[in-house]
Order: sequence, then structure tokens, then C-alpha cells
Amino acid sequence: MAVVRLRAPLSELAGGKRELELKGTTVREVLQDLERRHPDVRGWILDERGSIREHINVFVNTEHGREDTAVAAGDRLHVLPAISGG
Amino acid sequence: MTQLLVGTKKGLFVLEGEPGAAFEVTSRHFAGEPVEFATRDARNGRTLACVTSAFYGPKVFYTDDLSAEWQQASGVELPEDAEKSLERLWTIVPAEDEGHLYAGGAPGVLFESHDSGETWELNKAFWEQPTRSEWSPGAGGMCMHSIATWPGDPSRVALAISAVGVWLTEDGGDTWRNGNENLYPRYMPEEAREDTLTLCVHNMHRAPKQPERLFMQFHGGVYRSDDSGESWTSIADGLPSDFGFPMVIDPDDPDSAYVIPLVADMDRTTPEGKVRVYETRDAGASWTPRGEGLPQDDAYLTILRQAFGADGSGPSMGLYFGATSGDVFGSGDAGKSWFTAATKLPPVHSVRAA
Repeated sequence: MAVVRLRAPLSELAGGKRELELKGTTVREVLQDLERRHPDVRGWILDERGSIREHINVFVNTEHGREDTAVAAGDRLHVLPAISGG
Repeated sequence: MTQLLVGTKKGLFVLEGEPGAAFEVTSRHFAGEPVEFATRDARNGRTLACVTSAFYGPKVFYTDDLSAEWQQASGVELPEDAEKSLERLWTIVPAEDEGHLYAGGAPGVLFESHDSGETWELNKAFWEQPTRSEWSPGAGGMCMHSIATWPGDPSRVALAISAVGVWLTEDGGDTWRNGNENLYPRYMPEEAREDTLTLCVHNMHRAPKQPERLFMQFHGGVYRSDDSGESWTSIADGLPSDFGFPMVIDPDDPDSAYVIPLVADMDRTTPEGKVRVYETRDAGASWTPRGEGLPQDDAYLTILRQAFGADGSGPSMGLYFGATSGDVFGSGDAGKSWFTAATKLPPVHSVRAA
């Protein structure tokens, strides 16, 4: 299991949980497990095509991850809004 | 008491007041998020908002009580195998049947709800248009911003997209065809104008009392159609500029339209530093400037396509518009005189009277 850390508003959509243990061997699989357990998150991190939204960053431990980045048991995934916007 | 739903770059602001004096901000929703559009469905009092988070993507929310929590609508998404994800929702329009709503968005997509906005479904016939691969977006994306229903006939709808022109259905959305005859895209090379689909409509409204009549603000051009949107006639003579974005009509007067001209596509500000709304009551044969009470000195405002709304009809019709400067102006006498309803809001995306 990987550990996924969320901030508001995502944590609110995940039942108020800021940290969750989730299954998956890639970033996409872990985030899809998050959507299965907490359907309100669907569409907020991954778009309808299964891609991480352009202005969302997912870090696997300290490295920037993409959809296919491998995830091992005990890895920590941080889902953060990018430093962008206006 | 008039209530305004003002969608801004940094949230939805609800304003309340009486025409003639400043309005009060009574609540703010979706703080920090771009609210492209918000409207109230007069049939059931439900408020709906299109929110496009820069981070979390476009969503539709609804509430029956502005003091209660908003609910996220479901189904507002494109198919998994789409080349692009949904970019933005630009408008929500009540349809003719109870509980039926349309929503238009980018990239050139139409959604329908049959439960007052709680769940939505993509209109597949429009999504699968065979020419879609040739479509081009305008500067704001390939936005479907105008959806003109036909009073009493749910089968007939006209859509407008920047920059993919006018689309018509007469079977409730099962089939669609273009309605672009005589639109003149001067931004295209001369030899490419005749057959192009790159037609940048900025706004379109149907006259409810004479539904075969529509008015259009084009990207350089103001037009009227008297044949249900099949063909168009220029009515721009008499305006200081034929460029602009928003448009409203008096629903009881099929000869009426209001526009807010901007200088040109290369200078999208009010001409001569004067803010003026232009009104026609003769179907575009003549235009009357309406600026009394609006800024007339050094005022270079930009008014976006959904940032002009109306309330009621006739001589006491309310008119309200907001600018990217964060100012909101109103009129309680169909444009004869104006007042400042609010200042210092974030850039205004949309204004609707509720």
C-alpha cells in the first residue's frame, strides 16, 4: 500500500482524510483506487481520460511523478496544486 | 429587490439592491475560483454555477438555497477516449421541458440535463459532428456560449460557438446543421471566406415573441436573422464599432437588442474612453447610445460575453453589466439612465439577474 497525502479541498472530498493508504503499482492506479473509495474525488485530480490535470503536481516521495510512474509499498504520494494561476 | 449573480475570476458574488443605488454584496461563493457563469432557473429557484478551477478542472455546482452547501453535478465530462478533456463550461440555459437544461462548453460541446441540473449527459450527435476535426477555437477557447431555445417547441434549438458558427436542430438535438449564410469573417483571407467554418460568433439571442428572429454579435459584425438562423443580415450601421462581446434583448420586443461596442479585436476597450450601451428598437435599422450615468471620461473597460444580463421587459426592464475592471453597472429603466451597482470586484465574467 502507498500513502497518499491530500490537502483541501481534495481531503474534504475524501471524507475529511488528509492521509490515506491506497493500492496500486503506478500513480494512475493509486489515484484510481482513491476514486473508487471516494467517488467525489473523481474528475478532480485525473481528468476523464485518466491524465493528471495540467496544474496538479503529484510527487512520489520527493520526485515529480507522472501517470505511469512506479509506486512501491510504503511510497508517499503528495497531491498538490501547481505553482501557477493568476 | 433585485438579486444579481456575478461570476468573477475569484468567485461568485451575490449582490442585492434596488435599481438606482449601489448594491450590497450579500454573499460570496467559490472564493478564489474562476466562476465563468451562474444563473437561476426561474422554474424552480435553483442556482447553477460553472466553476473552472485552474487546478481541479471544470465543474457544475447547484444549490436550492444560497445559504446552504452547493452540490456538484455529475456527468459533466467528455468520453474517456476524447483527444482533449473538458476545458470549461460557458453557459447554462433552461430548455422548454420541465427539468430540462442545456449547458455549453469548450471544446465546442453541448450537455443536457433532465433532472434540473443534477446529472448531465453529452449530446452525442453534436460531439460526433463529422467536421469537428476542422474546427478552430477563438481566443477564449472553442466555447459554446449561446443556446437559443424556441418557446413552445423543444425540438428547435440554435447554438453558437466561437469560432465554429451557428448550429441548428429541428429534432431536439438528434441532428445538427449549420446556419451561417451571409456571415462575413473579415479576419479570414478573402479567398477562404465563403466556405470556412471558422466563424467567430460572440453572442446570439432569439426574440421569444418572434422566435424565427435572432440577433448576433459577431467578431466584427452585428447581425439579425429573420429565418430562424439560416441566414443573416448586417445591422451594424450606426454603431461606433461592430466589435463587442455581450448582447441582450427585451424579451417582449422582437425589434430590440442591446450591445456594448468595443473598439476592435486589436483594442478590446470601450471607444473613446466612454462606456456606452447601444439600443435598437427597430430591429437594427438604427441605434441609440445609452450612456447617461455611465463613465464618460478615460474609461477603457472590457465587457466579456456573458457579463450582460437583463431582468423583466419593457420600459422598466433592468439591465446589468460588469467589466473586467470589477465594476458593475445597472439600469432600472431599460437603459435610459444608469447607476454604479458595485466596484472593486474581481474581473467580472458573467452577470445574471435572478
